[in-house]
Amino acid sequence: MLALLDVDKLLTFTIIGLSTGAIYAIIAAGLVVTYTTSGIFNLAHGATGMLAAFTYWQFRFAWGWPAPVALVVVLLMLCPLFGAATERFIMRGLKGTTEVIRLTVTVALFAGMLGLANWIWPPDGSRVAFRRFFEGNTVPLGGINVSWHRVITLACAVLVAAALRYIMFRSRAGVTMRAVVDDRDLAELNGGRPDRVAMLAWALGAGLAGLAGVLLAGEQQLNIEPLVLLVINAYAAAILGRLRSLPWTFAGAALLGLLDSYYLGYLDGRIIPSTMFGFSLNGLRASIPIIVLFIALVAMPVSRLRVGAVRFREKHREPVWSTSLLGAVLLVTFVIAISGMLTRANTLLAINGFVFAIAALSLVPLTGYAGQLSLAPMTFAGLGAIAMAKLPGNGSILTLAGAILIVAGIGAIVALPALRLSGVYLALATAAFAVLVSKLVFNQRQTFQTGNIDVPTLAIPFVDIGSPRSRLILLSVAFAVLGLCIVALRRSPLGRRLIALKDSQAAAATLGMNLTATKVAAFAISAGIAACAGALVGDKVSPQQYDFLQSLPVVLLAVVGGVASVAGALLGGMLLGGSLVLVILAPAMTNISKVLPGAIGITLGRNPSGASEQIAENFRALAGRWGLISVAVAGGTGVWFLANRGIISNWSFVFAIAVWTLGVVPNLPALAERFDRRTVSAGIWLAAGMAAAAFIDWGTAVGSSGWRLLVLIAVVFTIGPIGERLLDRSPRVRPGSPDAIGLTDDLTPLEVEDAERRIGVVL
Amino acid sequence: MALELKSISVSFGGVMAVSEVSLALEPGRVTGLIGPNGAGKTTLFNVVSGIISPNSGRVILDGHDLTSTPPHRRARRGVARTFQRLELFGSLSVLDNVRVAAEIAGRERPDVVAANLLEQVGITGRADSVAADLSTGSARLVEVARALAIQPKVLLLDEPASGLDEDETLRLGRLLRGLAADGLAVFLVEHDMELVMDVCDVLHVLDLGRLIASGSPDVVRRDPAVVQAYLGVA
Amino acid sequence: MRPPILELRGVSAGYGAIEVLHDVDLVIERGQVVALLGPNGAGKTTTIRVASGQVRPTTGFLHVAGRDVTGVSAGALARAGVCTIPEGRGIFANLTVRENLWMATHGGPSLGEVEECTYARFPRLAERRTQVAGTMSGGEQQMLALARGLAVDPVMLLLDELSMGLAPKIVAELYEQVAAIASEGVSVLVVEQFARTVLGVADHTILLANGMVRWSGATADIGDTALAEVYLGQGRSADPTPDTTTSPSPGGTAP
Repeated sequence: MLALLDVDKLLTFTIIGLSTGAIYAIIAAGLVVTYTTSGIFNLAHGATGMLAAFTYWQFRFAWGWPAPVALVVVLLMLCPLFGAATERFIMRGLKGTTEVIRLTVTVALFAGMLGLANWIWPPDGSRVAFRRFFEGNTVPLGGINVSWHRVITLACAVLVAAALRYIMFRSRAGVTMRAVVDDRDLAELNGGRPDRVAMLAWALGAGLAGLAGVLLAGEQQLNIEPLVLLVINAYAAAILGRLRSLPWTFAGAALLGLLDSYYLGYLDGRIIPSTMFGFSLNGLRASIPIIVLFIALVAMPVSRLRVGAVRFREKHREPVWSTSLLGAVLLVTFVIAISGMLTRANTLLAINGFVFAIAALSLVPLTGYAGQLSLAPMTFAGLGAIAMAKLPGNGSILTLAGAILIVAGIGAIVALPALRLSGVYLALATAAFAVLVSKLVFNQRQTFQTGNIDVPTLAIPFVDIGSPRSRLILLSVAFAVLGLCIVALRRSPLGRRLIALKDSQAAAATLGMNLTATKVAAFAISAGIAACAGALVGDKVSPQQYDFLQSLPVVLLAVVGGVASVAGALLGGMLLGGSLVLVILAPAMTNISKVLPGAIGITLGRNPSGASEQIAENFRALAGRWGLISVAVAGGTGVWFLANRGIISNWSFVFAIAVWTLGVVPNLPALAERFDRRTVSAGIWLAAGMAAAAFIDWGTAVGSSGWRLLVLIAVVFTIGPIGERLLDRSPRVRPGSPDAIGLTDDLTPLEVEDAERRIGVVL
Repeated sequence: MALELKSISVSFGGVMAVSEVSLALEPGRVTGLIGPNGAGKTTLFNVVSGIISPNSGRVILDGHDLTSTPPHRRARRGVARTFQRLELFGSLSVLDNVRVAAEIAGRERPDVVAANLLEQVGITGRADSVAADLSTGSARLVEVARALAIQPKVLLLDEPASGLDEDETLRLGRLLRGLAADGLAVFLVEHDMELVMDVCDVLHVLDLGRLIASGSPDVVRRDPAVVQAYLGVA
Repeated sequence: MRPPILELRGVSAGYGAIEVLHDVDLVIERGQVVALLGPNGAGKTTTIRVASGQVRPTTGFLHVAGRDVTGVSAGALARAGVCTIPEGRGIFANLTVRENLWMATHGGPSLGEVEECTYARFPRLAERRTQVAGTMSGGEQQMLALARGLAVDPVMLLLDELSMGLAPKIVAELYEQVAAIASEGVSVLVVEQFARTVLGVADHTILLANGMVRWSGATADIGDTALAEVYLGQGRSADPTPDTTTSPSPGGTAP
């Protein structure tokens, strides 16, 4: 207590705390502005700040531009431009999609930006330092010396607060933003332009994120992950403002900053020991904002049941036993068949793909069926790995069962307080949980003692599982079994309840369903499956593999693959594993593989049901049409024949088969429907595409096999969709142009008068 | 006395949506609730089913005070409802919509229960189609079947006939009379006056959140205050 | 001859798979006040939403001043002078009265003009200019909503259930203002449930039921009896006695 009397110390730590809080406040304010005006919680907000900091560093320190020029270019030009473009080209397409999709798209953006930063600025120690503003200069303030950088940070926060206050209450654009929040339709009936307002808000938000990123980099130096994660702390401030109130957001940010600084100054190592009951508390300080976030989320008032079912664009079907069993058998057979031909490295990659696929599978009941987004699948996988390694039984089936049960229990317990929340709040609570576990659990001696633990291979009586090949087969069997369990779940009463929960909470509750119990069940099942992804890995694992940031691509690709189906989870996991395959095949592809998941995810707005559903939909049209099926089979056989006779090369065979199956076959039903100009032109196009795929010698035409894969994807995605477009019969309607009476653009009063005279609107 | 509402009041912001409404539903009777748009009918339904809690007043079912009971426990005590803006489980099949309700209520052979109920409301041959693809009329009937699947004592129907054609409306009327005859207390909000006049034993008229008339349909229809409420001031 | 100010031609519209309006034709001539009446679920609000550009017809056309504007956004129509006061309070509940009026300026007039015009017509709103709109009484909220329609000097005013949930006295007060602006030559389409309230204002009446136009003509030609028939369903059959006795016997639930 004596320490509290030291005024200088108190002042020092208060100022440090407030300047940290100032940065949180600036980030959080941007988040609140974009969320309220567009209804999209931008998880990539922090990544925007990180990218801005790097860009500023590039201009200012690598190229030596003067600071003011670099600042103006980054904060007033590039950031707002980036924000506006994000809104215009990505977020605007998300109308009518579920909150899961909207959040996932921002996860995609997050992943993409992280990849981009890693690509352009690969982490190495030899970078020119990021210096603070007026490095080394201090201002005396109440008896202590405060660095210029901190003073500037504090001044920025005050300025931002004042500017936002002015914009929101004293400018028509700002008032329109608030009006759009209140009632979007009415704002439009008033003649406002909600889309333009949203674009403005995103531009503003990105600018604020950029400012915070530059200020933060001065304090923390340029490291991608710490920058991004520190920014997550600011989410706590935004939540304290209930994602609505800017004053409360600023207050919350100040509180967080002060907590952090006082902890450092007064509690750390003194009042709070560095270890307790043998557990290290090193990660506690860094976890404070996350703990606050968690408490704030749990203290949120329960949202009222929403009446008024929303019709979403996503469509999913109930899985059928026959297809599911066939799929499971085919998968295992295929893996057994090819496993002998894979190199050791490729086998390890395929194992990885299945681990991701199982983690993605854990999202199917929770996200796909029950509509609740979790951002922590890999965290539960990590807990599963620890349980498998630590539980007695040395990897027996019983050990696995124990691990699943324990993690499922943890999942249920974590879910319980968070369940009163929904949508974005629930997703954030799971993110908070993931970060907490990384910081407080995974760094303990008792879990990952030396940074690595050995997870024993599952011991099955009479079967020897030691080689990577047998582990791969084991994982494929595990995926198949778990997949069938999910199918059984979907077809069970509980499965129907989960769907009911997603489709209409109001109806489910008024029919007597306990929403909380159902959500807890979904969380527990999901955590249990995710535990398998860790427990079955059968290898040495490190805590970094189960970091929060590792969960993001899993969530992302599960949703891209189609989160409401087992096939989607497999596709998502393999895509993630596949982007690693790309790296092995062609080292030059490393950078592309970093941005690939993000780039794929961003297309979700166009196809919210996921890729597997899209592919399945295309093939369903063939069902029962034996004529078309035989044409499809004949085409494939023909290509195989050409390759078999050595007429075309192996790579051309791959290209031709891919184009035939994914590009031509889905178009067959429409092609066979009738014979007219459209079908003829589509037929010619598809035939030309097939010819190009089969007869260009891709093996020599394109250099590395990595590039060949990319070209393959490009070819398939050009030929198929264009053919589809040519066959599309739905009429394209364009809105009438109301130019002459100023129906689209504001006309000057003179023009209005003239136009009105011409068409006689004046009464 | 199946369900009793005692001086229920609800206000949103500065606007009184329901004020001091008291009424009772009895088993074996169809009770109608009519009134102009914005009179507070759906708000009252939301109070009864527990979706919103009233500012004052009490909801009593068979002597138990349900005022602060959450919606799912009210449903288990026997309050079921349909929604004005449909709330079907769009990605489930028609049959599964009803089946999941029967399962929640813990009934034996839920699939058989569901199939029978669908037949009872007159939805045949569409049991396997996805609920989201139904027309409004069929969707409303499925909602009725789904509500019946939990074997309620009190059934709240929010505009069940809107979107139904004349035949379907007639059939719905017969169904409601039959349900009442089986001892159910039916609470009906409806704008199709012909149906209301046909099937209701008692009619309450809500205007500006207040009950302005109650009685048999015949009496209510001749009530000058009711005509006034519908046609406005002269 | 100048084309009608607003015209719906063979409009069918709905939400998703649900069609609400079936082949509706509706014409509003310049300076006309048209009442659109009908029981709930008749499609009145959908008609307004089509006319204001909020719902795009699945078939048929929307013409404004003789121009085909089918599919034009609601904001564009609003800025062109089609002013819509939607059903339920057409205000921004979390904005102050003055900020609400500020939102009315997207079509051209300045905030000063809008405020001046509003406070002249509704002095009560002047006292509340800094109050958050959602905390005002229902009547005051509706005055504020209507104020926008009066102040922006529209070409066409679309009013959806102005009277909803309001006491008759306030409704009468609001319609005085509607009559006043109509007398200045603004065309008005009024959707109402309180039939009698608007009959004094409207020259022309359209009765809508089940998404179809049932009756259309000069307001003078419609009588209270006819209205009561539509609203209270007394007249669909020749025999007006209600028939609860012929309801099916217990167990008569099978189709």
